[in-house]
Amino acid sequence: MIIVVCVKQVPATTDAKIDPETKRIIREGTKSVLNPFDLYAIEEAIRIREKVGGEVCVLSMGPESAKNVLIEALSMGADRAFLLCGREFAGSDTWATSYALSRAIKTVGGVDLILCGKQAVDGDTAQVGPGIAAQLDLMQAANVSKVEEITSDAVTVSRMTENGFDVLRLKLPALLTVLKDINEPRVPTLKDARKARAAEITVWGSGDIGADPDLIGLNASPTRVVKTEPPAVRNTVTVKLGGEPADAAKALVGEMIGRGLL
Amino acid sequence: MKVLDELDRKTYKNVWTISECTGGAVHPVSYELLGAARKLAAERGCEVWTIALGHGIGARLESLFAYGADKIIAVDDERLRVFNDELECHILERLVKKYRPEIILCAATSRGRALIPRLAGRIRSGLTADCTGLAIDPENGDLLQTRPAFGGNIMATIRSGEYRPQMATVRPRVMPMPEPEVGRMGEIIRETVTPEDALNVKEILGTIGRHEPTVNLTDARIIVAGGRAMKGPEGFKLLEAFADRIGGAVGASRAAVDNGWIAYPHQIGQTGTTVQTDVYIACGISGQIQHLIGMQSCKTIIAIDIDDTTPMMKLADIAVKGDLFEIIPAVMKELDERSGA
Repeated sequence: MIIVVCVKQVPATTDAKIDPETKRIIREGTKSVLNPFDLYAIEEAIRIREKVGGEVCVLSMGPESAKNVLIEALSMGADRAFLLCGREFAGSDTWATSYALSRAIKTVGGVDLILCGKQAVDGDTAQVGPGIAAQLDLMQAANVSKVEEITSDAVTVSRMTENGFDVLRLKLPALLTVLKDINEPRVPTLKDARKARAAEITVWGSGDIGADPDLIGLNASPTRVVKTEPPAVRNTVTVKLGGEPADAAKALVGEMIGRGLL
Repeated sequence: MKVLDELDRKTYKNVWTISECTGGAVHPVSYELLGAARKLAAERGCEVWTIALGHGIGARLESLFAYGADKIIAVDDERLRVFNDELECHILERLVKKYRPEIILCAATSRGRALIPRLAGRIRSGLTADCTGLAIDPENGDLLQTRPAFGGNIMATIRSGEYRPQMATVRPRVMPMPEPEVGRMGEIIRETVTPEDALNVKEILGTIGRHEPTVNLTDARIIVAGGRAMKGPEGFKLLEAFADRIGGAVGASRAAVDNGWIAYPHQIGQTGTTVQTDVYIACGISGQIQHLIGMQSCKTIIAIDIDDTTPMMKLADIAVKGDLFEIIPAVMKELDERSGA
């Protein structure tokens, strides 16, 4: 079974700073990390491989530095790593990103299962997983909390919803986006990490994946950011309560009723 | 659909909302979407249509007129009882090509967040997730979509001007609930599931309700959330009682979930659920950035903590300093006394 895990390099949230002049995120010099949700997708792919055999490929799109998150995936146990890299991909929105990744998955060839994290924590859109499934016309399940059964031609999963869980059976090839409670990711050993750093990462440009130049990058992206600004300041005053519990409770209930919260 | 010139773009009209009727009941967010759609339609001088996919939804459709729909496209089919990504996407793709809406609004529920990006991928159209503001650009009539990014640290305004339909998702309780207009009626267009729609779709084997106490953080008006200071599962029993008393849902920080005190569906924050409730009561949650970005858009934040120097106590609108194991029972007692119990 060939499994592709799509991963993303994201800014470490605590480091996200906004340029007061341009009101844009300062990316230069900020620390980047593997998108936290992707860890669970990598782990699940490795567990499936350990059960049914095959190969785990990790795929990312981004600058050269995104090799670091691929190395992290390799050190956990992924077999091969691919990076889509090039000026032509810059500025891609979720549509153009889904298209480019779907081309890469086709180029890997013979893929049975695609796993993604639930969403990336920088954009929070959760769009690229279903976007890839749409491009490849594959069945999809988002918010998967458990892979119940996998055979050579189908996968049965539990999907978390607001009201409980749905049990779904998808024909392979299929795409799943996974939640945090699906597994507990392994911590790579130092030896594995060292080996991963020496591993080869295949770098592809748009030509290598046969991408239509009119469908990648900023110019091919349906959405455009026209303005960014800091959010409205949420409040200026904090009402502070304390003292004896009974008095604090009385004051709190009074505040809540006064503000129409109860 | 490729980039459209101005003439092509003009053939797309009306604002659509995708109503949420999974399970047979109309989810309240459907009405909030209609309220937002009415404002946009007024500026565009067009109609509001809503798409209702589900099973046994007939009797409930009229409420969608009352909240602002001019027309309803209804597809009532047993196979639409549980959300099926591929099936619903096939139907929508067909309807979009047939009726050519200018704007589509959908709820950012677990269903909407899976369905709409798939549709956008199929029809090559722009999609903006989790919008908190929607407006029409007075210059060119395009939809301007404002959304938080980087965990709410920045607000971005997005346009998908060259493409139609322009699509956006909105979380429950972000847009105001409009006043219903009782007796307001419109036209129902009935569509069916075609054999092509049902090709190459997943099989639904079953649904399981929660074995844990039910939690629906996205729809809750009040959330009572606990962190490390709850000390254990017993602490969350206290929070459950408190939440029950005030009609809220129980949330948790990652620390509490990782300790096994409460199940993952309750987790709020970067690797859990993002919430925008009217009231958020943080009990013994210090407020690490990963938690804050999941809840800082809540309208009123109340924090209870023994330590008043934490980020959460500083962020809060009302900060109560004290032992939560004393404060919470005292609050419940106070509520009982006021209600004369």
